[in-house]
Amino acid sequence: MLGRLSWSAIPFDEPLPLLSGAVVGVVILAILVAVTIKGWWPYLWREWLTSVDHKRIGVMYLALGLVMLLRGFSDAIMMRTQQAIAVGSAQGYLPPQHYDQVFSAHGTIMIFFVAMPLVIGLMNFAVPLQLGVRDVAFPVLNSVSLWLTATGALLINLSLVIGNFARTGWTAYPPLSELAFSPDVGVDYYLWSLQISGIGTLLTGINFVTTILKLRAPGMIYFRMPVFCWTALAANLLIVAAFPILTATFMMLLLDRYVGMHFFTNDAGGNQMMYVNLFWAWGHPEVYILILPAFGVFSEVVATFSGKGLFSYRSMVWATLAICVLSFMVWLHHFFTMGAGANVNAFFGIMSSIIAVPTGVKVFNWLFTMFRGRIVFQTPMLFAVGFIVTFVIGGLTGVLLAVPPVNFVLHNSAFLVAHFHNVIIGGVVFGALAGINYWFPKAFGFTLDERFGHASFWCWLIGFYLAFMPLYALGLMGMTRRLEHIPDPSWQPLLLVAEVGAIVIFCGILCQVAQLFVSIRTREQRRDLTGDPWNGRTLEWSTSSPPPAYNFAVLPKVETIDAFWQMKRTGRTPVAPAYEAIEMPRNSPAGFITAFFATVLGFSLIWHIWWLVILNFVAAVIVVLIAGWSIEREEEISAAEVAQMERAGRRPA
Amino acid sequence: MSRAARPPSRFLRLRWSVLGAALLLASCVPAGILDPQGPIASAQLLLLINSTAIMLVVVVPVIVATLAFAWWYRSSNTDTARSLDESYEGRVEFVVWSIPALTVILLGGVIWIGSHQLDPRAPIAGKSDPLRVDVVALDWKWLFIYPDLGVAAVNQLVIPAGTPVKFRLTSATVMNSFFVPQLGSQIYTMGGMITHLNLLADGSGEYPGFSANFSGDGFSWMRFVVKSVPTGDFTAWVERTRGTGSGLDDASYAELARPSQNVPPTTYRSVEPKLFERVLDQTTAGPGTADPSRHAGG
Repeated sequence: MLGRLSWSAIPFDEPLPLLSGAVVGVVILAILVAVTIKGWWPYLWREWLTSVDHKRIGVMYLALGLVMLLRGFSDAIMMRTQQAIAVGSAQGYLPPQHYDQVFSAHGTIMIFFVAMPLVIGLMNFAVPLQLGVRDVAFPVLNSVSLWLTATGALLINLSLVIGNFARTGWTAYPPLSELAFSPDVGVDYYLWSLQISGIGTLLTGINFVTTILKLRAPGMIYFRMPVFCWTALAANLLIVAAFPILTATFMMLLLDRYVGMHFFTNDAGGNQMMYVNLFWAWGHPEVYILILPAFGVFSEVVATFSGKGLFSYRSMVWATLAICVLSFMVWLHHFFTMGAGANVNAFFGIMSSIIAVPTGVKVFNWLFTMFRGRIVFQTPMLFAVGFIVTFVIGGLTGVLLAVPPVNFVLHNSAFLVAHFHNVIIGGVVFGALAGINYWFPKAFGFTLDERFGHASFWCWLIGFYLAFMPLYALGLMGMTRRLEHIPDPSWQPLLLVAEVGAIVIFCGILCQVAQLFVSIRTREQRRDLTGDPWNGRTLEWSTSSPPPAYNFAVLPKVETIDAFWQMKRTGRTPVAPAYEAIEMPRNSPAGFITAFFATVLGFSLIWHIWWLVILNFVAAVIVVLIAGWSIEREEEISAAEVAQMERAGRRPA
Repeated sequence: MSRAARPPSRFLRLRWSVLGAALLLASCVPAGILDPQGPIASAQLLLLINSTAIMLVVVVPVIVATLAFAWWYRSSNTDTARSLDESYEGRVEFVVWSIPALTVILLGGVIWIGSHQLDPRAPIAGKSDPLRVDVVALDWKWLFIYPDLGVAAVNQLVIPAGTPVKFRLTSATVMNSFFVPQLGSQIYTMGGMITHLNLLADGSGEYPGFSANFSGDGFSWMRFVVKSVPTGDFTAWVERTRGTGSGLDDASYAELARPSQNVPPTTYRSVEPKLFERVLDQTTAGPGTADPSRHAGG
């Protein structure tokens, strides 16, 4: 009846996941009860859950990313603690069966459910505003993307209390991830949650490529787009090109596991090397899907807070596009140690280091933007400077790892772990945090608290160095990754330093929570009535904060790059007095309903509950047919209403 | 804080930081790849240092300039010239592209030459003929077969110092990576496939080795020791091994291949001929490799 699901799936013998699952459950229940008592459901349903407004969807993506950051971070601190104490004869507090799930979940969650939602959330919020348009190309699809991502996150968290997660590492290399070696549901949780969220990500890619190519304000030719839009275009082109590879690869592994095929098995002609190649053919572009938008954020932040236009906009754009193309030609550097010949290794080594050229150009351009500028150190700018300094170190170690003979001794070591945390924390996370601090006043109409913002920056920066510089050293000393037990007691002092670093990062996260809390409490004093708190340069700052649903009452006319800066300089306001009626997409429950069916589908597939799979499929088809008949997809905001909203929104500064 | 209170606190801070630094330094004694014991590992360390040096030439000025610009052009600095207008200059642009490009051209040469010189397949020139060793990764231990000498060992690899060692490697289970940091290059071991590796230990010593690719519950304990001994001692060890313990035939191999953790080093006086080839065939042939007891704990 319930497939493989039985009471034994609940880990009663492992108190840690059960307890944390219970705590999370109680918190969620408390929130649900509070929302019910306060009578907020209609508001939440109308204004958020069914919203197709790109700004709301962006905020929900960011909220998802930040909540999952807490989950991913708790995995991190568990790992650091285990490695700090399980040295020599000590066994630590986590058995391998549990520890292996923790590091697998940490990697999976941080990449797919923290970094991706943060980056996609920022693109959702800022790209249409920067392009000077009213929404993305496919607003309902956008909501479906969000909710499919949330489904993946939900399934992965379910594995904490029902069954278990993969014990294969976040890359799930076969044959370890095949049925023969991982017979339980862990890998199925991994595969189905990533398949479902992966479809959401692919739809996001299609949506944003279309938006950027087809919807831009009048006069905004490609070479007048803000750099963040360029990086978003590059990242979404990569999503469209790379995510289908991941989906197909996972589908092959699923066929191996579910119907006994042999794509990647040891026996019957399967080839594990094929999986590794395909995984990284997605995996390396994925790195740039994450980092390119972060580069975009920093380009906006550095220009804005230096009070100067970006140095050499054109080479910034070409560098972005060069990285976009090159990112598909370097995947083999993730497995130089697989035994390819010297020519192949040398080719991929050289291609990988060539990526350092456009990246280096970007760094120099940020540097020359700061040169002779008037630099204001608001929180986003602190993150930008911290990023440049940290990222060039990560770039250096990255190029080192791209030298094949050096890679032969550093591959899979703590040095590698330090390197990719160096670029992901120093690049993607700093970028996301800079972006959140930068665009928060635009989203909510009040600025974030600077004291806690600065404190969180310093904690993140110092915590990062404390946590990962020791790992560089440990890698050189011969420590490999994913160790549940540390064989060499001389590594312990450095591991303890790393543990302290993780705790300092935790203080940074606490500061952010405090920052949000304090800012919301004192929002009346920190209202931004101008819509332009940083003296911005791009179009999102030309509308009110928060922007009305339609973003711009009259679409701005763009004549240069940094369009809003130009308007401010020439004294032309973007608001024309003659308003016209605006057609906006209606709210749609499609995303939420899709997520419901996707969750049931994923869960029943993971547990082999076949009748539910079929029932769910039939129900989904019926609902799609019914929904297909509702053709009222848009509503009109009359000119009078627009005029009234504009008067209310644009209060005198 | 009052002025009088300062010196002791500064002193205290100094003492703590000296203590901390000493602790860190003490834990950073050359080890692993920083303490190479063979020509491959030495060449790789040299390459690591050279590549780092080449890049530091660019990276250090960038970091210094970032911090200097951030400080000097801060908005509160009244003593600086600023130009907030469009600041584009073709000459600067040219330099901006050339610096990383030149660095990468230099590194590209290093990569091309290094990849060929340090190709794991490339035989190492030595005074004596290379010693052949066949490696099988098992759950979760290492089997070393000396095909020319007819002996085998688990979790310990005895080799003669100064003699090149020619490895053929495979896995009877999931993917692992054979790695002895102090001797150099690691390489994956994969079921049904052979990878090749050549290493050499200069002198006598004991060097830790392990799997560098996660392979399941017993991964952390999948360690072995390389004992590099003088040639005479090696011959004596082979003779001693031939005279003690049991042999490795198909039955005892099947027993050995069952998942087990933390296996103490052992030796086998004899080895079934062509065992390595049969392991390859068995792995590709079918389900025998998947043992339910592998996941007894989970």
